[in-house]
Amino acid sequence: MIAQPQPHRSPIDPAAPLSVRDLTVTYDRKPVLWGLDYDAPAKGLIAVVGPNGAGKSTFLKATLGLVPLIGGTVRIFGKPVGEMRDRIAYVPQRESVDWEFPASALDVVAMGLYGKIGWLGRVTGKHKKTALEQLDRVGLADFADRQIGRLSGGQQQRVFLARALAQDAQVYLMDEPFAGVDAATERAILATLVDLQKAGRTVIVVHHDLDTVAEYFDHALVLNVRKIGDGSVADALSADILRQAYGGRLATAHLPDLARAG
Amino acid sequence: MISVQDFLLIDAPAMVTGALAALACALVGNFLVLRKQALIGDAMSHVVLPGIVVAFWVTGVISAVPMLLGALVAALVAAGLIEAIRRLGHMEPGAAMGVVFTVMFALGVVLLERSGGRDVHLDVQHALYGNLEGTLWIGADGWGSLVDPSALAELPRQLVTLAVITAVIGALIVLFFKELRLVTFDPALATALGFPAHWVNLAMTVVTAAAAVAAFEAVGSILVIAMFICPPATARMLTDRLTTQVWLSALFAVGAGLLGYLFAAFGLGWFGIDASLNAAGMIAVVAASGQVLAMLFSPRHGVIARRRAIRRSADEATAQRLA
Amino acid sequence: MENLLDILLFGGGYNTRLVMVGAALLGAAGGMVGSFALLRKRALISDAISHATLPGVAIGFLVAFWLTGSGRNLPIIIAGAALSGALGVLAVQWIKDNTRLAEDSAIGTVLSGFFAVGIVLLSWLQGLEMGGRAGLQGFLLGAVATMTVAEAELIAGLALAIVVVSLLLFKEFKLVCFDPDYAASIGRPVRFLDLAMMGLLLILVSIGLKAVGLILVIAIVIIPPAAARFWTERLSVMVTIAIGMGAVSAYIGAGLSAAADDLPTGAVIVLVQGAMFAVSLLVAPNRGAIAAVLRTRSDRRAYAAGTLAEPDMPDRGRYPE
Repeated sequence: MIAQPQPHRSPIDPAAPLSVRDLTVTYDRKPVLWGLDYDAPAKGLIAVVGPNGAGKSTFLKATLGLVPLIGGTVRIFGKPVGEMRDRIAYVPQRESVDWEFPASALDVVAMGLYGKIGWLGRVTGKHKKTALEQLDRVGLADFADRQIGRLSGGQQQRVFLARALAQDAQVYLMDEPFAGVDAATERAILATLVDLQKAGRTVIVVHHDLDTVAEYFDHALVLNVRKIGDGSVADALSADILRQAYGGRLATAHLPDLARAG
Repeated sequence: MISVQDFLLIDAPAMVTGALAALACALVGNFLVLRKQALIGDAMSHVVLPGIVVAFWVTGVISAVPMLLGALVAALVAAGLIEAIRRLGHMEPGAAMGVVFTVMFALGVVLLERSGGRDVHLDVQHALYGNLEGTLWIGADGWGSLVDPSALAELPRQLVTLAVITAVIGALIVLFFKELRLVTFDPALATALGFPAHWVNLAMTVVTAAAAVAAFEAVGSILVIAMFICPPATARMLTDRLTTQVWLSALFAVGAGLLGYLFAAFGLGWFGIDASLNAAGMIAVVAASGQVLAMLFSPRHGVIARRRAIRRSADEATAQRLA
Repeated sequence: MENLLDILLFGGGYNTRLVMVGAALLGAAGGMVGSFALLRKRALISDAISHATLPGVAIGFLVAFWLTGSGRNLPIIIAGAALSGALGVLAVQWIKDNTRLAEDSAIGTVLSGFFAVGIVLLSWLQGLEMGGRAGLQGFLLGAVATMTVAEAELIAGLALAIVVVSLLLFKEFKLVCFDPDYAASIGRPVRFLDLAMMGLLLILVSIGLKAVGLILVIAIVIIPPAAARFWTERLSVMVTIAIGMGAVSAYIGAGLSAAADDLPTGAVIVLVQGAMFAVSLLVAPNRGAIAAVLRTRSDRRAYAAGTLAEPDMPDRGRYPE
């Protein structure tokens, strides 16, 4: 197959919190994302789903400019990412940092404010107070002084969430916040995401568990290197799209369930 | 008993130089250890040799500014090469580093032997383990010299260079503490927040090279690594706070510098043997011994405390089962 | 220059020839053992080992002096070096397993701590009246000029033994490097094989001290395999190239250093290897830098022109757990 140049991609809507056109990323010549066009609905709670190696994490990283693009454009409310850094918050996968690092939970949450403090600015008592409020929102105010390595996995995930809350962004990008957390933490995180959505923010979450997508989210983007489908969970998780994304290995028994749930 | 004049002429400048060399490296080393890039310190301390030799070759004099510039250029070349080899060769960073720093060090050794090697101030021996003993304060003439401007003007060049570089490194760490903390902990978030991690990393490499070159003359290429790693690693075993860690490492570095020199100069004398040991080596031995003590006896993270905690929890589990 | 050519073509005296052949065998053994170290991601452990040998060198010298009246006794010094290098490896492992410090800090600590102890011991030895202590400096940067026939024969013999043992265990080493868990599952003694690899590395580093010196001996382990990696995707080919590069570079380096006696042997060997590495990095087909740049450029152009081949339907993922 030969890719044709794409002369008529739809124009970017400046009201869309996140728009990408023709987003293409390769690692060592292997395409990871291919010609992706996507507009995130404003105030959506959006799941990014797809099989392993489908480019879900890469999609978030490419959006943030953390991986080099082979081609394509990324716009946040119609503007380049570089100008909109203070409107985006990113929650990386928990394994991406060293939890033995000498920092307290409060230190980590305060990092979310560094962008606003800017180069050379000091972290003051006011910033610490803001950070503590965010820790309180995720129920960890009592753990503010604890070294992060001595928190449980779920608590660490909530520290990351509090850090993103501290960034006070319009668009939240989260890479598998539910991975490896217990059921109580999962509910607490979900409640926070719903709060964010109610406050008019857009939340985009890479999610691994197809069974809970329809329950937790209202929109979905299905990836497998290319965009396979998007829209409301009902539209995006149709049996047809899932079969395209996951192939025959997806237990067929699952499909009707998912489709019905959607 | 040694005279005041001898002490100020020979021992005091060497002690202060040793302590400053350890301090400059330890301050930078904190961030290298936390990013698991301690061996960048290793690589940088080797690659500054060809830089220094070439600078010496070009200018014909040993003086701080050209040496520093030569070493920084060499450090940047090395950093670029390591990155290029890592990417192009799909090689683990350790191997890429090993290729670059051995070749550049070999180049430095050959240049040294071929050119200025016959100059008394710069030879392979000093490149390997420093020349702390050769740091003399010629103008010193009693305690009064400490406040006498004309005597202070004759302070050894290495000591002055080290003092300036240590002060600059200290100031940079205070000013950019927040940025260093963020980039060290989570480079992706740092970049996303507008603090480009690769620029901070590059700056870090330059500062590492500056510390290495400043300490190089005093303690040589290899022992610099002990200064980069041992004091921060010791502090790392003792605290969970970054600021505390940096302060502790500074304290340990200065302590190792002073004690190490004293042991080297006078240690054998205490046993009635009239000889002295290599001072730079002794400083590194003291720094490493401190780290061994911390690894064993740190109240929370030490091996013994950990073993005891594991045994206690096992005992409690047994007790619960029995109850 | 004529002199050098003469030497390279076996025109030097018997001693020179023997030393060069010994160096070549050492280089070959370095390429062989280094290939496995590189694939097992243990390149920099060799750096810790080599620096950790210094206290053993000094103590070996003392023991030899007490036993024989002269410290100049290569077998005892090699044994001391290997023992203290082994202690260094154990120390790295202990720090890694028992403290919160990561491997890089462990390597740096052991490397500099052992080296410092060695330097202090040497500075003490220098003050004593002992026969043969002048030769000790040669262990830092390597000196073949002062090597005796017996020493060269010992180094050559041990290097040959390393190559032979590695060839015998080639298949097993390959498996352990590629997939240790699988190797264990089919009943291969992974721990023993790892230990064997580490033991060969230790011996290699210890016999390399005299010729290459402990600062740079790590290079003959790292550079030839790293350079060979650019030329091939197959282990047997890679090892063959690494052995060849190691042997040729050490042979040329030892010859150069014999021709101009103020050049430290180790540094010259490493520079020759560095040149081979640079050539490999640049011009190797497929994995080389020039090939990579050309390929990326053609990719970008093709992408811009819209003629880059699209991926086939992407791999079907597994159903997520």
